[in-house]
Amino acid sequence: MKKLWSVFLSTFMLMVVTTPIAFAATDAPKIDSGDTAWVLVSAALVFIMTPGLGFFYGGMVRSKNVLTTIMHSFFIVGMISVEWFILGYTMAFGDDATGVIPGIIGSLDKIGLAGTAGQIWTGTSIPELAFVAFQCMFAVITPALITGAFAERVRFKAYALFVLLWAIFIYNPMAHMVWGGGKLFELGALDFAGGLVIHILSGVSGLVICILVGKRKGYGKLPILPHHLPMTVLGATLLWFGWFGFNAGSALGANELAANALITTQAAAAMATVSWVVCEWLHNGKPTILGAASGCIAGLVAITPAAGFVAPMPAVIIGIIGGAVCYFAVAIMKAKLGYDDALDAFGVHGIGGTWGAIATGLWASTAVNSAGANGLFYGDSTLLVAQIISIIVAYLLGGIGSFVLFKVVNAITPFRADEAEEISGLDIVEHGERGYSQSIMTGESLGIQEDITKIN
Amino acid sequence: MAKMTKIEIITRTNKLEELKTALNSIGVEGMTVSQVYGCGLQKGHKEVYRGREYSINLVPKIKLETVVCDVPVEQLLSVAQKVLCTGQVGDGKIFVYDVENAMRIRTGTQGTKAITDDEA
Repeated sequence: MKKLWSVFLSTFMLMVVTTPIAFAATDAPKIDSGDTAWVLVSAALVFIMTPGLGFFYGGMVRSKNVLTTIMHSFFIVGMISVEWFILGYTMAFGDDATGVIPGIIGSLDKIGLAGTAGQIWTGTSIPELAFVAFQCMFAVITPALITGAFAERVRFKAYALFVLLWAIFIYNPMAHMVWGGGKLFELGALDFAGGLVIHILSGVSGLVICILVGKRKGYGKLPILPHHLPMTVLGATLLWFGWFGFNAGSALGANELAANALITTQAAAAMATVSWVVCEWLHNGKPTILGAASGCIAGLVAITPAAGFVAPMPAVIIGIIGGAVCYFAVAIMKAKLGYDDALDAFGVHGIGGTWGAIATGLWASTAVNSAGANGLFYGDSTLLVAQIISIIVAYLLGGIGSFVLFKVVNAITPFRADEAEEISGLDIVEHGERGYSQSIMTGESLGIQEDITKIN
Repeated sequence: MAKMTKIEIITRTNKLEELKTALNSIGVEGMTVSQVYGCGLQKGHKEVYRGREYSINLVPKIKLETVVCDVPVEQLLSVAQKVLCTGQVGDGKIFVYDVENAMRIRTGTQGTKAITDDEA
């Protein structure tokens, strides 16, 4: 908590130093009710992805850790929404020129959403508050994705501290650099709905943390199996559903571009579902539902940066390769390298996001989105170069940043649960509750006895 | 006091209904059934999650326990074998034990009367 206060303090000091510059609007844009309605609905759609992710992850762990795994996603909805309103939004989308670190962190004059009411978001016809809400849900889901990498073995206190610091020091600067007018934005990198900012960043961070935290006890020796695959499929379904808001909502309007993004999203997700299943069918002999659920997520991740820049048929190709690449990353590369990325945050989000960012540089077309650029297959290599530079920046920021944050958090409070805690399961140890109570329980209810006596 | 015998049958889960009907038909009425896991000659099976293979070597089985006095043990064994035998590994085992005593908790009755119906 000390850390948090020092952040607030330095924030206020910076506010005094940097003088906010008022915008002079040249032409007065108007709010469009259709656009606004779509972005608000999209915000709600993206919201449901985070609890959905909790179910997706929750079904894949052992029953003794189901609650802590779902909590890792659900609690973030609370914590990071608040962080976003107070600090995150202004760091990511505050003015760049007067920023805390121009090009990397925006100006802090919108702290606590100051000055956002009654504004129209630049270049759109929606209220700035609708944009704040929509972006809030992105800030929320990104750290939740990381939690899959270190599932089943971390303490809640360290997790909460890490996620908060990660959102402030890694997510917010990256969002500013790509979307908020920062360095990568100027470079010309395209990231329609968050392949770089969300998937690469969270995937790479997950990889670093899972290596630093270490493997789960018995990993590779004992069977550590998903305890409830129907829950995982339900979670994947909610993610897929919410992803229409995630990608098509990123058009920030109810228009042709949103429709294109929705179609490319469906095309890539559908194709990747099939391609993952076919890969494992050929490789392991059986098509599995866990494979189908994982494949759709791989496709959704891959199309995310490209959704509003590519046509439907390239989206199908992005999906087919996305499903296959992620399958081999998860089934072969992870086993060969021996790290315990428990629920494949890196294998699906890191690898899928990387492929998607490259694919954007290949198939982006100004015929689809005039605000975009032409990719390699449309005769221009500049975009691909910008995409690759951005990927490297995302890897470095996610990797080094998470390494440093891990060391800081671990010095304050131990990250890893001890052996006895891991064996009993973190639901009981960390949260004092169980996901599935048996009909035979022994013990006594504490405290109730006296109350009942009083009533009688 | 007549002899009491405990019969413990561990077998395939899908055979429970047939076995119960057969035992009922020769006069065995009380029984306790549990879901158990076991291994023997049957070697389990393979499961694959995201390309990771696991060999699962304890297989789900059911265990049926009953204590008899009037029903001839040999008849019970032959009926059970007839129902349960598929000729494949994994059919299971039947164990037979002597039982020293029994008590019906409701009445406190002991011995064979505790496990036969007419006393109730």
